[in-house]
Parts: sequence; C-alpha cells; structure tokens
Amino acid sequence: MPATPPAIELRNVARRFLSPDGRSLTAIRDFNMTVAEGEFVALVGPTGCGKSTTLNLITGLAKPSSGEAFVFGRPVEGIDPGIGFVFQADALFPWRSVLDNVAAGPMFRGQPKAGAHAKARDWLKRVGLEVFEKHYPHQLSGGMRKRVALAQTFINEPRILLMDEPFSALDVQTRVAMHEELLNLWSANRASVVFVTHDLEEAIALADKVYVLTAGPATVKTIHPVTLPRPRVVADIKYDKDFIALSQKIWNDLREEVKLGAARATASAQGAAAHV
Amino acid sequence: MSDAVLPPIVASPGTSAAEIDARALAKMRRRRWVVLFWQIAILAVALGAWEFTAQRGIIDSFFYSSPSAIAVRLKELLIEGVEGVSLWYHLYITMLESIIGFVMGSIGGIGAGIALGRNRMLGDIFQVYIKTLNAIPRVILAPIFALIFGYNIWAKVAVSFIMVFFVVFANAFQGVREADRAMIANAQILGASKWQVTRSVILPSAMSWIFASLHISFSFAIVGAIVSEFVIANAGIGFVIQLARGLHDTALMFAAILVVLVVVLIAEWLMTLVERRLARWRPAPFHEGGA
Repeated sequence: MPATPPAIELRNVARRFLSPDGRSLTAIRDFNMTVAEGEFVALVGPTGCGKSTTLNLITGLAKPSSGEAFVFGRPVEGIDPGIGFVFQADALFPWRSVLDNVAAGPMFRGQPKAGAHAKARDWLKRVGLEVFEKHYPHQLSGGMRKRVALAQTFINEPRILLMDEPFSALDVQTRVAMHEELLNLWSANRASVVFVTHDLEEAIALADKVYVLTAGPATVKTIHPVTLPRPRVVADIKYDKDFIALSQKIWNDLREEVKLGAARATASAQGAAAHV
Repeated sequence: MSDAVLPPIVASPGTSAAEIDARALAKMRRRRWVVLFWQIAILAVALGAWEFTAQRGIIDSFFYSSPSAIAVRLKELLIEGVEGVSLWYHLYITMLESIIGFVMGSIGGIGAGIALGRNRMLGDIFQVYIKTLNAIPRVILAPIFALIFGYNIWAKVAVSFIMVFFVVFANAFQGVREADRAMIANAQILGASKWQVTRSVILPSAMSWIFASLHISFSFAIVGAIVSEFVIANAGIGFVIQLARGLHDTALMFAAILVVLVVVLIAEWLMTLVERRLARWRPAPFHEGGA
C-alpha cells in the first residue's frame, strides 16, 4: 500500500532570529510534528514560547533555519493554496463590507465578483451572519467578527487549517460558542488543523492530539491523544470524567513549563532593564 | 390590619424620560447657539477694533489698511479686476498652477511612497536622500525653476509640485510601513498576489495617512504657486499682491489674501467631502470639519 504523505510534517526544525542589537534568539529547536490528513492537532505551551513560529513555518511566511518543513509531502516553498489561517488579531479588512471580506479569497484567486459574492453569501449563512453582509467589521461584535474570519477562511476550502490563538480575545461564553461553530464547520470540511493556544481546556475540547511544548525555545515535550468521542458538545465536555482526568494529566506536564516560561520572562525583563 | 398598599408610582413633574430627554436636547441646542454667538462676536469685535483704530489714526492705515477700505477694494477687484485684467484671470492662472502641481505632486508622492515603502531595501537606501531633500525649504527653488523652465507657468507648477510631493510622499511612505502585518499575511494566505496586496491592503490602510497629507498639501500647492508668482511675476494672485506692494496699496493686498483664503477653504471643504465618501468604513470621521 503506497503510504499517503502526512498533511504536515516538520522534521527537526529550528528557527533562529537575530534581534536588532545582534543577539541570536532561538524560537524553536529540534521540533518534530506530523499531522495526518483530517487530524486536529492542538499545540499548547507557555505564552511566548514560539508556538506561532511553527505556524509561520508551515505557511512559508517564515523559513526554517535548519531542518525541513513539508506540506502534503512537498517541501514548503511559498504559501500553499490549500492553507487557511485564522489569526489571533483582527485581520479582517476594515474598509471592506462583511460580504466583500468573505469574498476576498475567491476574488484574489481570480473568481469573478458575482460568483465570489454568491459563494460568500452561502458561507455567511452558514455562520449565521447573512443579514450583516453590508455591515463593516467595526459595526460587529468581537464574536461576530471571528465568525466572519472563519467564513473568510473556510470559503477557500482549505485542506490545512492553521489557527493562532484565534479566540483568545473573546469572552468565555462567546469562546465556547465559537468552539461549537468551528467544530461544526470543520466536521463538514475535515481539514487537517493545527490549533495554537495557551488554553489547555480549549485544546482538549477541540483536538485529536495535544502537543505540549516546552518553554522557549520550544520543542515538543509530550504528545497526548484525546480519545473523547465526536461530535463533542464543548459547553458540557469539561464536566466529563475522561476530560478531567486527561486535563489533569496534561497540566502536570505543562505546569513546569509555564513556571519556567514565567521565570524566564521576568529574568529577561530584568536583563533588558539592566541594559538600559 | 390591612395589607400595606404601595402608593402608585407617579413620576414627580420633570423627571419622566421624555422630559429629561427634552431638557438634554434643549441644552445641546443652546450650547450650539452659544458657540456660534461667540464665534461671530469675536470676529465682529476684532474687525470693529481694527476699523476703529484705523479711523482714529491709532494704527497707520497706510500699512494696516482697514476692513472698510479692504471691502471697497475687494468689490473693485471682483468687478473691475486689476489694471484692466480681470481677477478671475489671475485666479484662474494661480489655480491652474496649483491644481496641476497638486495632482502631479500627489500622484508622484503616493506612487513613490508606496514603491519605497513596499521595498525595504530601496526604502533604506533612499531614506537619507529624502530626509535631506525634505530639509530644503522648497520655495527657495522657485528662482532655480524659473531659470530651468523659463518664465512661464511650468516653472510655477514645478514649485507647487515639489511642495506637494514631499509631504504626500512622506505620509504615503509612513502609511505603507505602518500597514498591519496580520492583515497583509491574511491577504497573502487568502491568495493575494503582491500587486493585490498593495492594491487591496496597503493602499487602503495608507489612505488615512495620505488623506491627512492631501489636506495640508493643497494649501502648500497654493503657497508654491503664489510665492513663485512673486518671482515670476507675469500673472496670478501672487502677481496681484506683488503689484499692490509696488502701488503701496495694502487694501488690495488684503483683498487678494481674502480671495486666496476663500479658495483654500472651499478646497478643504471639497477634500473633506471626498474623504468622508471614501472613508465610510471608519467608526468615526477622523477629521472633524477639515484640517
């Protein structure tokens, strides 16, 4: 049986930065990750440990300093059209109406306006925002803007979906609603997902596999499969016995890294203060 | 003995929602009138004091003229023109120079700003030259342009152009560099080509910077045109002012200045209209009533 290549593979990847004053910083090192087709992977780790860097390596917006990154078995060179990305920050175009925001992908890819708009209307309906198509992003709530962002990403029918703490700015109730929305959209499209978060419960509720990363420079500490059955009801799942057990187990791994990360952040802040 | 019956709640007079709203509205209206009153009053007092002191000889009306004398000269200027040439001709010349300079300068400035802003290498290389050139008070180029282009309209257009170009360029450049990184990455991943990113992300996000500069630079274009008309004095409002100086006619000078003032105000107002239309997506207008 010919093995189909994994959707995403990072092999011994490292990424170093030079700070403006010439110091070399390592964001990630010895990083290995394999995401199968249709698999939902969550990366959790302390804040600022280099989680987002891994996503940039997959998109090709950043190149590995050493090691190799593959998407669908091919080395990453530039942005693969099969990739969708949901950002932490509001990355909607504020000067475009909701409809034009959602239609942006197909239009960038050369689809005529009428077709792109029809498709965008369909996606707006799926996220329940069809009556807001003429609104501008600033007229919507944070949760609604995220829905638009999801529609904007899903309209391109990505085979790989990268999410960088997409819901971290939302309040708790809205966040749970967005989890449901995301799982709902994903169950229809079954893309391979890499979901970066520092929220462990969010990671377990959504993912098939949780990667715990070390405090920066980030590398994979442990990998935990999540066997909770799907479809999941995110609002209730956190009271599930298995969920709680798993959550405790992963937290034991994560706790030290969080402590370490916090200690380092303090130390580097003091170092910076000493420089001044 | 009996249940305590709560008395029905009756709003005491003047505390119902409608009454409170009405009072707030009345207060708001009154405030607007008070502001308007003081605006007019200050103008009236200033003009009155000017007129009074000029009439009484407290200030020398030969140098400072007086509102009434200016009004008379303005009327003559509007009807008869200067030395047999209509004011409208002079105004037309000045406006033609300013508008050509402004349009060319803005297009050039936006184009160069985006090109250098988009290309980090070019930007880093040219930044030092731009800064240096920007340090030249640009009106002093008028005599040089007069020699290069000859004593014609193009020398004056060139001064207007150079006045506008640098302001617009600097803002467009800054605007491009400040464009949101996440938004650019989003567009790229959604499938935008380099050109599409420029057109649909960079340009709109730099637009507020660019517009802020267009507001100022139209008056700069007029400054450029008028100052170069002092040097290349054959026609235009600058020529009229120069002529009035020769005739020791301060009233005529002030009248000409008034004409320019009105033109600039109208231009600013038009610019604000255009900007409002283009910036419908914004939460609130960012230029309350013009720059």
